[in-house]
Amino acid sequence: MSTAIELRGLRRDFGERAALDGLDLTLARGESMVVLGPNGAGKTTLLRILATLLRPSAGEVSVLGANLPGEAWKIRGKIGFLGHDPLLYRDLSGRENLRFHARLHGLAGDAAEERIAVLLTAIGMERRADERIAELSAGMRQRLAICRCVLHQPELLLLDEPDSNLDVEGRELAQGLIGPQSDCTRVLVTHDAERFAPEADQVLRLGIAEAGVAA
Amino acid sequence: MTPSRVAFAAILGKDLRAELRTLQSLPAMALFAVTTFVIFRFGLDRTSLSGSMASGVLWATLLFASLLAINRLFVAEREEGGFDAIRLAPIDRSALFAAKGAALLVYLSVLELIVVPIFFVFFLDSATALLPLAAVLLLANFGLAATGTLISSMAVNSRARDLLAPLVLLPLVIPLMIAATSASEPLLAAGGVSYDRFGTWLLVLGLYDLVFLLVGYAVFDFLLED
Repeated sequence: MSTAIELRGLRRDFGERAALDGLDLTLARGESMVVLGPNGAGKTTLLRILATLLRPSAGEVSVLGANLPGEAWKIRGKIGFLGHDPLLYRDLSGRENLRFHARLHGLAGDAAEERIAVLLTAIGMERRADERIAELSAGMRQRLAICRCVLHQPELLLLDEPDSNLDVEGRELAQGLIGPQSDCTRVLVTHDAERFAPEADQVLRLGIAEAGVAA
Repeated sequence: MTPSRVAFAAILGKDLRAELRTLQSLPAMALFAVTTFVIFRFGLDRTSLSGSMASGVLWATLLFASLLAINRLFVAEREEGGFDAIRLAPIDRSALFAAKGAALLVYLSVLELIVVPIFFVFFLDSATALLPLAAVLLLANFGLAATGTLISSMAVNSRARDLLAPLVLLPLVIPLMIAATSASEPLLAAGGVSYDRFGTWLLVLGLYDLVFLLVGYAVFDFLLED
């Protein structure tokens, strides 16, 4: 099985504070990893580095065979990133936002419309898809953000607390798109260890100013 | 890799759709410009202007009105995650620079379609200068769009962006304003339209546009890095 993510001595500083310091890990393609840790442990920072949104201060980072940050361009479009912000424009509707993201990822025309319709149905948002994002609740925005995240059928899913703001129905529907059966390599940041850790191939526990892996 | 023209059209279409829906920039720009003309009319106590005075009033007003749009150009990308979405997509980031510049160009052109005729009604006796003035406006708009997009993308990540953008932009557009006012001055002269050194100043405007389009294209990728 080939390697999806390989980190060697990863370090990221913000000013004089190290958010990540000397992190090593390997994750094979198709596997899933849960990242746990207290607030400020560097979980989101790790995800943003893997997503090519943040440069490492030191260390080696390889994602889907590309060495970051130099070869980030090779893997853009292969990553589905679900962060704290839904990355949706407030003045556009959910469907317009998804069309916009589809076009950025090279999907257009009937193929894009079909994919968007499938996702909206899967996440239970087909009836509210034409309302502006500003008029939707946080949970509905999160549902649409999940659609955006998987719209281009990425190879690697980077999920930062994907259940945020979701109700019970939303959590169940989201599992169909970003759960273990999605066949993607997954890195999932969560505070809900009981729910997600049992289904993960690896569990990474980050602490403040230090890092380590617990299998 | 998504073709740049597709990304350009997607980003420009998104911006224009959002502006049409919310009208956050254009009405404010137009209202500002018309109010400024009224202030000049009563402040200068003149019912007609010509030459350098007319040219100065027109360009000062258009420049400060454009700042309203420049300040807001990247706000949605900053506050609603557009920068991250674009950095995650397999596109050439210069498509964002081109699309934002084109959006600003559209805003400036629409603004001028509204307020320049009002300027002529307020201050000028004849509209014969309108056609050659359109060439000056178009070339100056390209320069303002290129410089404004570049500075706006730099300022948007600062907490003092409303202050920073004008402070950095205004010195940079001094050459553009000198060329635009100098090209417009003979067109708005009291004795009728004159083309004294008109071609020279158009050439200066074109060179300014070219320089800042190339600078923007070259450095924009770096501005999007963390």
